[in-house]
Amino acid sequence: MEQAILALLTIMIGVGGCVGYFWLSNIVLDKVIFPASGPMAGRNITRANAVRPWLFLLPAVLALGLYLAYPVFATFWLSLNRNEAGDLVFVGLDNYRQMLGEDKFWESLRNNMVWLIVVPAMSTAFGLLAAQLTDRIRWGNIAKSMIFMPMAISFVGASVIWKLIYDTREAGQTQIGILNAIWLQFEGGAGSVLILRVLPVLILLAFAAAVAFVIWGQVKAMSEGGLVARGLRAVGVVIGLWLVYLGVTGSVGAATAQLPYGEPQFWLQIPFWNNIFLMAVLIWLQTGFAMVILSAALRGVPEDTIEAAIIDGANPFQIFFQIKVPQIMGTIVVVWTTITITVLKVFDIVRAMTGGQQETQVLANYMYDKLFVAVDWGVGSASAMVILLLVTPILIWNVYSARKEMR
Amino acid sequence: MENIAGKKPALTWAVHLSVGLLVLLWVIPTIGLLVSSFRSGDQIVSSGWWNALFTQEQQLSPIRVEGAEVPRDGMFVIEGRLFGDGGTTVSAWGTSSREPAAFAPGAVAELDDGQTVAVQADGSYVLTSPVSTEGTRLPRIFTTAATPPEFSLNNYNTVLFSPMAGQSIFQAFMNTATVAIPATIIPILIAAFAAYALAWMDFPGRALLIATIVGLLVVPLQLALIPLLQIHNAVGIGKGYLGIWLAHTGFGLPLAIYLLRNYMAGLPRDIIENARVDGATDFQIFVKIILPLSFPALASFAIFQFLWTWNDLLVALVFLGTGNDEQVLTGNIVNLMGSRGGDWEILSASAFVSIAVPLVVFFAMQKYLVRGLLAGSVK
Repeated sequence: MEQAILALLTIMIGVGGCVGYFWLSNIVLDKVIFPASGPMAGRNITRANAVRPWLFLLPAVLALGLYLAYPVFATFWLSLNRNEAGDLVFVGLDNYRQMLGEDKFWESLRNNMVWLIVVPAMSTAFGLLAAQLTDRIRWGNIAKSMIFMPMAISFVGASVIWKLIYDTREAGQTQIGILNAIWLQFEGGAGSVLILRVLPVLILLAFAAAVAFVIWGQVKAMSEGGLVARGLRAVGVVIGLWLVYLGVTGSVGAATAQLPYGEPQFWLQIPFWNNIFLMAVLIWLQTGFAMVILSAALRGVPEDTIEAAIIDGANPFQIFFQIKVPQIMGTIVVVWTTITITVLKVFDIVRAMTGGQQETQVLANYMYDKLFVAVDWGVGSASAMVILLLVTPILIWNVYSARKEMR
Repeated sequence: MENIAGKKPALTWAVHLSVGLLVLLWVIPTIGLLVSSFRSGDQIVSSGWWNALFTQEQQLSPIRVEGAEVPRDGMFVIEGRLFGDGGTTVSAWGTSSREPAAFAPGAVAELDDGQTVAVQADGSYVLTSPVSTEGTRLPRIFTTAATPPEFSLNNYNTVLFSPMAGQSIFQAFMNTATVAIPATIIPILIAAFAAYALAWMDFPGRALLIATIVGLLVVPLQLALIPLLQIHNAVGIGKGYLGIWLAHTGFGLPLAIYLLRNYMAGLPRDIIENARVDGATDFQIFVKIILPLSFPALASFAIFQFLWTWNDLLVALVFLGTGNDEQVLTGNIVNLMGSRGGDWEILSASAFVSIAVPLVVFFAMQKYLVRGLLAGSVK
């Protein structure tokens, strides 16, 4: 009860303080400092109007400066120092050197890279699929609401939800995790081969083929554009080739893997795959976001382009991939980068489900461990700087496109 | 034209089917936890939640005979029922763990010492013994029975009002509300004034300021933890509600200013210029015209900020203490997962208490949430 009163009081003080500040400061400016009367009335009004924007901005600028801008520099400074019994000792790049020497750091970086590829790609793909499909049916809005719903669920809540799905009991006991219950239905018969071998192989090959198709388009377009564009294309082609390689080797692996049928699996303890199971949680959470935004973009595609395609005899798939998707490419990029930022900060899911054990560490949780468990501010701040470094390209791109838009 | 596929029945069916599958895939995880939160611990462990909706036949854990014995016809008799009036039907029973289904309902089992036990289909049993059973261990009865679905609110009652160790979820709920509500309201005002200045006032450095805010949108708040904790300790705030309110305010501002500025910049120029010509000051224009017109944008941001502060774990871990009067729902649940990870009845009910409020907000104000998302990302 005490706390509720405290909270109410804070709301009143906060709101009252804000309103009071804005109101009073405006009065002081207009009546006391630059009164709009007397011999210099005209000049005073001009001056007051020059100062006023800053009155409006002051609280926001102060808060932003103190709570976001200053910490960037302070963290950079901390990453160059070591905290010895409360005193900061300048050590140069030692913290970074120490961090680079740790296996756990490389593990988190590696895992983060997988997260960065898988989660935005899958969320955007599912979101696009859901957006395109739900727009065509009458109960589409209800379906959208259902897929969008996880957006409201906390990462921690989602972790509990998925922990129940991944739950494992010893062999012979009743499985209460739905994933194991489904897994135990497979016994190595024809159905198992179809679903656990043929299907993944087909999906992986389709993925590789799709990437190869995009690469081919880029290679054909190589002769156009400036040096920078060509450079970016070349980088894209290399990454694409690597993805094709992964897809093909992955499909070979899926075709030949020995699957332990009939044994309940500890999903969150299988190396590498446990990362994928953690990512599923975030994909589940983020798909709704992608769907909502892409759905709006799809509706904004001009009708006449679609009509023209239909008249030219395009089938629904061609209309989708060759008419609609290219026109909403900008939005797809925005969705992709937004989810990328979320992925870089992912912390709660790993913390709640595995705690970063069993090779599931990610950068944000590594940083938390360093800062608050090992109380090593130097290395912790250094890893925070790594996160900032990874975000920087998106930051620059956002600022660049925002400026372009304002002109 | 949009319904080109609709003209082919096969394709329409494929669309319905795939959407249905997708929705199912997205809803099932939540439903699993929801169903589990209404079942008792025994029920959760003995069968998957997907079976809970149907009558199920399974072997139940053994129940030891108990009750007052009554002398009758030279024998000592104990009568009783194995289950309450839940409609459970016994299909087989036994008296040893080696043969838990040796007898049909109504049969009589001969035990050592001349004792006999009979169990009926409805779960009533009769034990007879030639000598008094007082002081001896009575036999256990193993049953295989069909139990109808059974749900109760006991778990919620337990986690909310009678915590086993430490703090109740109810307390954590109050703490979370204490964090989230002021942290939602205060940044709105600050941001609204700043957004007005950035949208409708001309001053040098405006473009630079907007660019900075767009940049700050993506700065990971992880960077801010230690420096801010140092500042809070230095000025004497330390760990506590004041600190977390300020932190959430700071972290929420870039998005708030960005959303509101975009919205306000799109308001019709005529209204504002007319007001200026009529002699209204900027302060009056803001309070009387801009604020009421910006309600949709204010609502969108309020929802974002509320969901974010309610669901946050990291900021609460760092800026709040761990005492009973400060730990929030998310922190509490993470602790539960560590210490009582197998107690699904506790965990599922706790998680649902924490999810309930955001879900209500979500479904009640989905329109504004979608609008805010579109304004925040597409522009």
